[in-house]
Amino acid sequence: MATPTIGYVSTQELPALPPPDAGRGAVAWLRTNLFATPLNSALTIAVGLLLAWALPPIINWLFFDAIWDGDSREACLVEGAGACWAFVKAKFGQFIYGRYPLDQRWRVDLVFIMLVVGLVPLAMPKVPYKKQNAILMLVVFPFVAYVLLYGGFGLPVVETALWGGLLVTLVVAIVGIVASLPLGILLALGRQSKLPVIKTASVVFIEFWRGVPLITVLFMSSVMLPLFLPPGTNFDKLLRALVGVALFSSAYMAEVIRGGLQAIPKGQYEGAAAVGLGYWQSMRLIILPQALKIVIPGIVNTFIGLFKDTSLVLIIGIFDLLGIVQLNFTDPNWASPVTPATGFVFAAFVFWIFCFGMSRYSLYMERRLETGHKRR
Amino acid sequence: MRHCRPGTVRDTELLLSTSLRKVSMAIQNDAGKAGGRSGPGLSAFIYDPFYRGLIFQALIALAVIWTGYEIVVNTIANLQRANIASGFGFLGQRAGFDVSQSLIPFTNDSTYGRAFFVGLTNTLLVAALAIFFSTLLGFIVGIARLSPNWLLRKVAMVYVEIFRNIPLLLQLLFWYKAVLALLPQPRQGIELPFNSSLSNRGLIVPRFIPENGFAIVFAVFVAAIVGAVLLARWAKQRQMATGQQFPTIIASLGIIIGLPVLAFLVMGTPMTVEYPELRGFNFVGGVAMKPEFMALLLGLSIYTASFIAEIVRAGIQAVSYGQTEAAAALGIRPGIATRLVVIPQAMRVVIPPLTSQFLNVTKNSSLGVAIGYPDLVAVFSGTVLNQTGQAVEVIMITMLVYLTISLTTSLFMNWFNSRMRLVER
Repeated sequence: MATPTIGYVSTQELPALPPPDAGRGAVAWLRTNLFATPLNSALTIAVGLLLAWALPPIINWLFFDAIWDGDSREACLVEGAGACWAFVKAKFGQFIYGRYPLDQRWRVDLVFIMLVVGLVPLAMPKVPYKKQNAILMLVVFPFVAYVLLYGGFGLPVVETALWGGLLVTLVVAIVGIVASLPLGILLALGRQSKLPVIKTASVVFIEFWRGVPLITVLFMSSVMLPLFLPPGTNFDKLLRALVGVALFSSAYMAEVIRGGLQAIPKGQYEGAAAVGLGYWQSMRLIILPQALKIVIPGIVNTFIGLFKDTSLVLIIGIFDLLGIVQLNFTDPNWASPVTPATGFVFAAFVFWIFCFGMSRYSLYMERRLETGHKRR
Repeated sequence: MRHCRPGTVRDTELLLSTSLRKVSMAIQNDAGKAGGRSGPGLSAFIYDPFYRGLIFQALIALAVIWTGYEIVVNTIANLQRANIASGFGFLGQRAGFDVSQSLIPFTNDSTYGRAFFVGLTNTLLVAALAIFFSTLLGFIVGIARLSPNWLLRKVAMVYVEIFRNIPLLLQLLFWYKAVLALLPQPRQGIELPFNSSLSNRGLIVPRFIPENGFAIVFAVFVAAIVGAVLLARWAKQRQMATGQQFPTIIASLGIIIGLPVLAFLVMGTPMTVEYPELRGFNFVGGVAMKPEFMALLLGLSIYTASFIAEIVRAGIQAVSYGQTEAAAALGIRPGIATRLVVIPQAMRVVIPPLTSQFLNVTKNSSLGVAIGYPDLVAVFSGTVLNQTGQAVEVIMITMLVYLTISLTTSLFMNWFNSRMRLVER
């Protein structure tokens, strides 16, 4: 039996019509995002005018009017000259290595390469052998880096007074973070401890360092630390700053980690006790792995703060990146009205790349570590 | 055999638990014998978490005391070797240096103690102003980051990402050495209204000199503020009781601005204005905001505002959209819903990190030392320390000041948090 065909029933689905013109395309985007309401339109126009006023001079200064080549200040003394990139070009070696001897700079390069080769697989969650890699970076690398940078084992000694630039910035930041992590974990555990003496000692330590500005800590480590040690002991200026930075950042790290410890439900502690684990076992196997995972973004943020704070060492006369850039403004061969701005923009760009990269990484980890346990 | 102690050891429990301890130890030993494992008393003692805790704490306490003792002994020996006086007597001595900016009268005949207060007031001044401006800017940028306007949102984001990721010290030096240092000489300074001028000597504005009777105007101003607070309380009580609203904001503004202006006119305008004048190479009269101060204020405000913007954004986003929808369902208009439903809940999230940013501003103002702003660290830990050499006392006092500010603020915060905490039923 053949199905009767009825003329007004369509046998096939009609093709979907495109949405009305007002709902798509560039015009619609403009209308929803820039000119939705009169107020919105006014804001768009105001911000647009502001950008049109501010951006062209900045871009001209940075690129089109900039002096890219030259051997001395003469090149940058032109009327209406923009950034003096020739200055950065000429001093680039100093900005990276400080006054590290020219023929020994390969040692610094080698350390930089080792650092990158070690850190990149550690930062990528999919790469295996995390534990081995971490041990390598935390135990073997510092020793090798120390020998390479300072000398010994046949390498000529390079005094830390000659170190400078990005090298010092990275040394201070990395030593600060590597030292502050274990110290911070211990302090955080101490603050959570039920033993009154340990708890009090940790609280006093943490609150003291968090309550004072880093600059007074650096003053203290450069002026007072020598007084605290037995008469006659004298140790390196950079090392003194490192001690101050490490103690300072460990207090901040401790508070970040405490946040993680407090976020672990009580059942985890009780569960660990129920299967017969002692304090250190339960911390090492149950609590800390979870707590540290939660606070990885916080740890990275602390690291960003520390990285920015390393610039403060210039106040006690250590030439980190910012310090060495500033020192070079006094070079009569390059003194010009645009030199300081150029140097600062360069230093700012380097710091920005590092900090922005780390903050993006922390966001990425935050999303990745989202295991669905977050309270909603 | 392991003994489990229920609960925690508190100081008050200590005596009681020690005696309990002996009893349970005895039972434990008996049990051990009954089980045929006569463990030695010493290992039971070591493995007991209670005694272990005591031993561990004693060791830590000893280490702390020993370190402290070593530090004190070494410091005394070092100071004696270097022939540096100790004690706080130096605070009464003549300072013999000048300070470029001070809120309280200070000459080079003043004492070191007075120099300390000059530094402290300068720190508090720049911190208070920077807190004000950074909060203002931060709230604007934070709200702009949530704007439906794409352009505004992106500009706010670029602002935050740029200024948050560059060290504050670098920003300060940039403003001071690369921007403000390029301003013209006073003679070619940028003319602003009211005879003000912007040059490489800073921003020069007219000085207002109060005359007789200005105190009364000020008293009226204070009274107006108190009156406005009382009015707001009365209006709220009335609204709670009767549901009638009162235009509190307009009325209070009227009282706070209107009454002092009225008093000012009634007293016969008791104030003269001293306009700055260019004489020779510099200005005479007026008040000068030094470039150091401007750079520090600018840098601190812009840097901190980028953090405050993020805090504000996170706070507003933390209020779930259901709250806005529920308010709409109750027939509350969007503006009022934002003011009475969203913002109070967002503030609960915003205020704790905001306070810690305010603390950071206060601590970060110490970076003024790098650009020569005479704050506490520059005047006291810098100049005074160099002149007297009494590092221990000077740095201790400096740290104590910052600690006091920090701890007071965190005490206040703890109180505030416990007051604002959500009480779950």
